[in-house]
Amino acid sequence: MDYSPLWISINTSLCATLITFFLGIAAAWFLAWYRGRLKGVIDSIFTLPMVLPPTVVGFMLLVIFGRYGPVGKILNYVGIQIIFSWPATVIAATAVAFPMMYKTAKGAFEQIDRNLIYAARTLGVSEWRIFWKVTVPLAWPGIAAGSVLSFARALGEFGATLMIAGNIPGKTQTIPIAIFFSAQGGEMDKAILWVVLIFVISLIVMILMNHWNEYQRKKIMSTGRQ
Amino acid sequence: MELFVDIKKKLSGFTLDVSFETKKGVLGLLGASGSGKSMTLKCIAGIEKPDKGRIILNDRVLFDSDKGINMPCRLRKVGYLFQNYALFPNMTVEENIGFALNDRHKEERKRIVREKIEMMRLEGLEKRYPSQLSGGQQQRVALARALTIEPEVLLLDEPFSALDDHLRAFLTKQLIDTLSDYKGVTLFVTHNMEEAYKICDGLMVLKGGSAEALGDTINIFERPPTVAAAQLTGCKNFSKARYLSQNELMADDWGIKLVTGEIISKNIDTVGIRANYIKEASETNSENVFPCWPSFVSEGPFRVTIYLSIGKKKTNSEKYHLQWEISKEKWFHIKDTPLPWKIYLNPEKIMLFDKG
Repeated sequence: MDYSPLWISINTSLCATLITFFLGIAAAWFLAWYRGRLKGVIDSIFTLPMVLPPTVVGFMLLVIFGRYGPVGKILNYVGIQIIFSWPATVIAATAVAFPMMYKTAKGAFEQIDRNLIYAARTLGVSEWRIFWKVTVPLAWPGIAAGSVLSFARALGEFGATLMIAGNIPGKTQTIPIAIFFSAQGGEMDKAILWVVLIFVISLIVMILMNHWNEYQRKKIMSTGRQ
Repeated sequence: MELFVDIKKKLSGFTLDVSFETKKGVLGLLGASGSGKSMTLKCIAGIEKPDKGRIILNDRVLFDSDKGINMPCRLRKVGYLFQNYALFPNMTVEENIGFALNDRHKEERKRIVREKIEMMRLEGLEKRYPSQLSGGQQQRVALARALTIEPEVLLLDEPFSALDDHLRAFLTKQLIDTLSDYKGVTLFVTHNMEEAYKICDGLMVLKGGSAEALGDTINIFERPPTVAAAQLTGCKNFSKARYLSQNELMADDWGIKLVTGEIISKNIDTVGIRANYIKEASETNSENVFPCWPSFVSEGPFRVTIYLSIGKKKTNSEKYHLQWEISKEKWFHIKDTPLPWKIYLNPEKIMLFDKG
C-alpha cells in the first residue's frame, strides 16, 4: 500500500493554510478599513472562489500559471514549470481555501469596536503594534476558526488540483484524487480506505475546533475577554 | 497652552463648521446628538480628517488643508477619553495604562504606571481585566491611560453617559479635581447642561454643526445669545414676540403683554423665560402678573413641573403655555390654593432674542 497521498495531502493542506492565513488576514484587514467605491467589487472577487465550481478555478489558474500565461511565462523564463508539479497542488488548495480565511477574519475584524483602535492610535502606538497587540488578540477566535476551515477546505480540494496538478502518484496525487482514480479503476477497497481516512481527519479537526471554541467561550466568561 | 481650531467638514445631514480658540481650563462643547460635538473631537485627535481648515496646538500644526499638513493621530499628543472608555478587554489594568509606554525602559515604565495608578486611586486593581471593573473604575483607568502620554490637550467625549445617576455626581467632583491638576487644555463634550455648567469654564453651544454661542459658561447660561443656545442650556418657555415699546412687548403665543428689564429692540423675534424663574405672585408685584390654570402636572421625586395655561382654563389638557418648575414643598403648598393661580414673570429674568 502506497501512503504517499496522505503525506502529500497533509503537506499541501498545511502549506495552503499557512499561505491563506497571511493572505486572508491581509485582505480582510485591508477591506475592513477600505472605504472606497470598489469595496463591494473587491469583496466579491475575494469570495468568488468559494462559489465557483472548482474546475472553473482550476481553469483560471491554468490560464495564469500555464506555459503561456502571464505568471507561467515569467516562471518558465527562469526555468520553473509549475503545472503538474507539487507546488501546483498548493496553489489550487490556496485558491479555494482563501475565501474561508478571508470571510471569517473580516467578520472578526469588523466586530472589533473601532474606538479601541482609535484609542490605541491616540496613545502614540505604531499601527504594527496595534495590529498584533489589539486587533489580532481580539479577532483571534475568528482567525483560528478561519484557519481550521481553510485547512479542511484545502484537504478536500479535487477539481482545481486535478486540472493544474494532475494525477502523478507520489508527486501530485492527493487523497481526493486517489479516491477518484481508485474508484474509477475498480479498486474499491483502496477507495474505501482513503474515504475513511479523510472522514476521520476531517472529523477530528472539526471536533478539535468545537472544543477550542468552547474553551475560548469559557475563558471569555472568566477573564472577561469581550 | 493653547488650542486653535477652525475646521469645515461635510457630513451626512449637516456641515460641521466650527472655529474657536482656548487657552486653559475646560471648554465645554454642549449640543444635542448629531450636532457635531464628537466629530469636532475626532478631527482634533486625527481620527477623522476635516475637509478644510486648520488645527494648531501649542504652535504645532496638527492640520492645515492649505499647506497639506495632516499629522497622524499617534504624533498629535492628544489624550482622548471615549464615551465607552475603549479599554483593551484583553489586557489588565496595568497593561492598559502602560500600553503607550512600550518604547520606555522597563523601570521607567513601571514607575509611570505606578504613579498613574496612585493618582487615580486604582491600587489593588492592577491585575484585573476591564470587564471586572465598575463603570467609575473603568473611567479612571481610561483617564490614567490617556494621561501617560502627557497629552497637550485632553478630549473628553461624554465621559458620564455610561454611568448610573448616583455615580455621576461623585465622579463629576472627582473629574473636576483631576482636571484642576492638569495643566493643558481640556475639551468636554456633553449633551447635559448641568454637567456643562458644573465642569466647564467656557462653553461652545453647537447646533447642526455650527456654534450657536461661544464664551464664558456663566454668561451663556445667564444671557444665551440665540433661542437654540437657550434651549440647550435648559430654557423651556418661548413665545413669538412683537415690539410694543422700549420696555413692553406682546408675547403672541402666550397672549400676554410683558414688561422687560432689558431694552427691547424693534427687531425682537422671540421671548423666553426659564421654568424655575417663574414665581408665585405676591402683593408687591404690580406688573407681569397673570392668572393661570394648571393643564397637567409632572411630579418628580423632589421637583415638580406644572404645565400652565394663561388667561383661561384650557379644555384640551394637552395644550399649555408655560412650564413652571417648583420644589416639592412649594407644590404641596400651592396645590390646594384656589384657582386661578397668580404667577409673576420677573422683568429682569426675561430673555429677548432678536431676528437674525
